[in-house]
Amino acid sequence: MSTEIVERSAAQIAREVNGGSLSAREAAGAALAQIDRVESRVGAFLTPLHGDARAQADLVDARVRAGERLPLAGVSLAVKDNMCLTGTRTTCGSKILERWIAPYTATAVQRLVNAGAIVVGKANMDEFAMGSSCENSALGVTRNPYDLDRVPGGSSGGSAAAVGAYEAAIALGSDTGGSIREPGAFCNLIGFKPTYGRVSRYGLIAFASSLDQIGPLTRTVEDAALVYDAIAGHDPMDSTSIDRPVEPTANGLLESLSGLKIGIVRQFDTRELGDDIDEVYDRAYHDLEALGAELHDVSLPTADYGLATYYLIAPAECSSNLARFDGVRYGLRVEAQDVQAMYEQTRAAGFGPEVKRRILIGTYALSSGYYDAYYVRAQKARTLVARDFEKAFEDVDLIACPAASSPAFAFNAKSDPYSMYMMDYYTIPMSLAGLPALSVPCGWVTPPGGTRPLPMGLQLCAPIFSEKLLLGAAHAYERATQHALKHKPQVSEV
Amino acid sequence: MSQTLLERKYQAVIGIECHVELKTATKMFCGCANEFGGEPNTKVCPVCLGMPGSLPVANGVAIEHVIRSGLAFGAQIPAFSKFDRKNYFYPDMPKDYQISQYDMPLTLGGEVKFWREDGTMNACRLVRIHLEEDTGKSTHAGSGDGRIAGSAYSLVDFNRAGVPLMECVSEPEIYGAQDAVAYLEALRRTLLALGVSDVKMEEGSLRCDANVSIRPVGSSELGTKTEIKNMNSFRSVHRAIESEIARQIEIVESGGRIVQETRGWDEVNGVTHSMRSKELAHDYRYFPDPDLVPMEIVPETVEKIRASLPELPWKRFERYTAEYGLEPKQATQLIDNVPLAEYFERVVTASNHPQQAKNFVLGELSRLANETQTPVAESKVSPEHLAELIVLVEGKSINSKIAKELLARMWEGAGSPKSIVQAEGLAQTSDPAAIEKFVDDVIAANEKVVADYKAGKTNVGGFLVGQVMKASRGKADPALVNELLRRKLG
Ligand SMILES: [Zn+2]
Repeated sequence: MSTEIVERSAAQIAREVNGGSLSAREAAGAALAQIDRVESRVGAFLTPLHGDARAQADLVDARVRAGERLPLAGVSLAVKDNMCLTGTRTTCGSKILERWIAPYTATAVQRLVNAGAIVVGKANMDEFAMGSSCENSALGVTRNPYDLDRVPGGSSGGSAAAVGAYEAAIALGSDTGGSIREPGAFCNLIGFKPTYGRVSRYGLIAFASSLDQIGPLTRTVEDAALVYDAIAGHDPMDSTSIDRPVEPTANGLLESLSGLKIGIVRQFDTRELGDDIDEVYDRAYHDLEALGAELHDVSLPTADYGLATYYLIAPAECSSNLARFDGVRYGLRVEAQDVQAMYEQTRAAGFGPEVKRRILIGTYALSSGYYDAYYVRAQKARTLVARDFEKAFEDVDLIACPAASSPAFAFNAKSDPYSMYMMDYYTIPMSLAGLPALSVPCGWVTPPGGTRPLPMGLQLCAPIFSEKLLLGAAHAYERATQHALKHKPQVSEV
Repeated sequence: MSQTLLERKYQAVIGIECHVELKTATKMFCGCANEFGGEPNTKVCPVCLGMPGSLPVANGVAIEHVIRSGLAFGAQIPAFSKFDRKNYFYPDMPKDYQISQYDMPLTLGGEVKFWREDGTMNACRLVRIHLEEDTGKSTHAGSGDGRIAGSAYSLVDFNRAGVPLMECVSEPEIYGAQDAVAYLEALRRTLLALGVSDVKMEEGSLRCDANVSIRPVGSSELGTKTEIKNMNSFRSVHRAIESEIARQIEIVESGGRIVQETRGWDEVNGVTHSMRSKELAHDYRYFPDPDLVPMEIVPETVEKIRASLPELPWKRFERYTAEYGLEPKQATQLIDNVPLAEYFERVVTASNHPQQAKNFVLGELSRLANETQTPVAESKVSPEHLAELIVLVEGKSINSKIAKELLARMWEGAGSPKSIVQAEGLAQTSDPAAIEKFVDDVIAANEKVVADYKAGKTNVGGFLVGQVMKASRGKADPALVNELLRRKLG
């Protein structure tokens, strides 16, 4: 065998398991062994599921023996811990749900299991998906597999770290304002957020319902396409999931970009990000051109309002979504004199500072005196952002821009909330517009004071429902550039 | 001033908010059964328990029920509607927000037509009807009176959480306790006729709050209102409103000021009491529920529902009183008993004699029904056979005495009255010669009574008529018997 099992792509593993040259038990066993080897340094998982994974692998082997062909047979899967899995604790990285056992399984997770994937663990995350570094988890530290002194990104940091460290072949993350794309970029992965409504949110513990979207974190575009094809499609349990046929993407991966018009966003000038970073993106745009794409300048005049808009809408929705964590029915309860005091003390003890901050902002933005000034205006701004994209897509097929303004940063480097919020500057506008977008590795930068080269991500974005084109183009770029293969994670060195 | 005089000086103004649990197979946003009662927490799922990650999916039948109700009251059905979240913390509300409707309800306007005991029609306009979900139910244990104060612990039953609830909000256009009850009765009858709810107050499927204020007669401004909650029957609605009006008049008369507040109704002591001040009202932070897509109500749907509306109770009331000449009380009695009304209608159609149909259905037939505890509509007397009987009476083929006997036998299952009459020769005798013979025989056999009659004791006439009827085995035409007797004794 050429490469270690854990380093093979999901597509490769599925082919081998379906073909009989590898068993799901071996494939899952390899991932579990890798977890045992590196997890103490990476900390990707809050709940590893060795026993369940082995049992699941045996089931997959039985199904394959019975003649089923499963698109993700034997593929190890890390699930962000805000997605429910029956009988497994689902914590959202929060003290308030630290011991909560989910009584049902999220649709997206179930669809991957049906497709033959094996859940090897529940991955760490910023508490209730609020954060861009995974440092807001109340339950553990996750390190970037490419530099253990740095963050993996967030909020799907555990999912990204697990795949980056070969502890899982694929992962599910959730993206509200960039929470798949940014950690994808930080961990040398494809981080893909599909069109809003394309993947059921049933079983995803909500942060901001109108923005949340489940998507894959994978090491190749082909793997992202396989995962997307398995999880996309209408779910009668989620009325925001779109009832419209899904075009399979894994069979439409492109070899070149000829004939495609790609927009470069004028406002997203990379020169102020530093010479090294500017150079990476400059090269990336040239590579797109070399692959046959026609580059155009596009303008997103309202993109600058994205961040402010997002930080009103997302907290507003979260203040309401998180009300149910009150100590009455499940999760943490602090005993107190009366029910009001119980609510207060439970929530005071159960939520971390970032969650509390956003609940407060959201409660304020929705309060009767400020609703029109903040929430309503933010909704209007959101419409304008979406319109900017619509207009831009009249001229181009795709838009390219950075996925994050820097590579992975060191722990505690972003101590004030605002500089952390700025990490999502490039990803938020697409979330507000509900567009499909992904991050694909586009180069390496060794930051000042850093000792190792760190991956950077190129963000590609497409009109709604254009996942096939988006993944197709990303595949052509990935194949031609092969940036992801240039360096190995730090954890594989020992 | 006496109470009555004071009530002439002030006018009470009442607005009513009704919560109606809708009759659907499943709950508002999930697939759990929508049924009353059951072991606590057995009709629940992740969605109606508000479990993390669960999502609501709106029940189309419930939406249709609200539109149906709106159309029955002549409301407008806007082309777009949406669900909003009403945010507040409450232990038996699973998500700590209620999915409701705020600025875009399913129906706008309309009016509830109601009638008073004397049959006069009145109407109260509706502000809106909107759709929301119900909460669970708390039981406080370990305290003597079931109140939360002093209880050792509380138990929550979520069976009712997520049950579809329709809220009908009236304009303040009801001017007395009597009218408030008449309004509620009309609302209840209509919803029952529409089949959208069981509207059982005792099961909580109909709950109402009343906003009460008073103002000097002649004034058009609204006074400060109080909201009365916890009324669990139309009787308590009546009593509570009366008592609240009296309380407010007393305050104003003694120079006081009404405080806007929520008041509870104490059934035992017959008074309202302060619950909480409205000044401390919550900021519910309504906003569109991002888990539910906005609804587009297409005109075709609305027209389809409109075409399926049954005859409305107020229209039926007008038909019964105007066309059939029924007394308001009798018309109401029929309308409030839907199977009986349907039975009645079939008798009218088959006999074409509404008055007789009413007399038999509400009279002899209802008496038999009461005696035997069998509803008329389920009895062995078919509406068609009753109609046959009515035709026999109206055609003077039988007299009312025979009719009564026949009905008793039909109740036992004797079938067609016509065939009994034929088989047993029960047809009324109107042959004057035959009757004269009976009369002569009776006069001859009762010399003393005849003497008394001639001496002026005319009240014994009835006895003689009875004897003639008996001799004819009940078949003689009573009118003829009377006439002949009078002639012969006169
Ligand atoms: Zn349910």
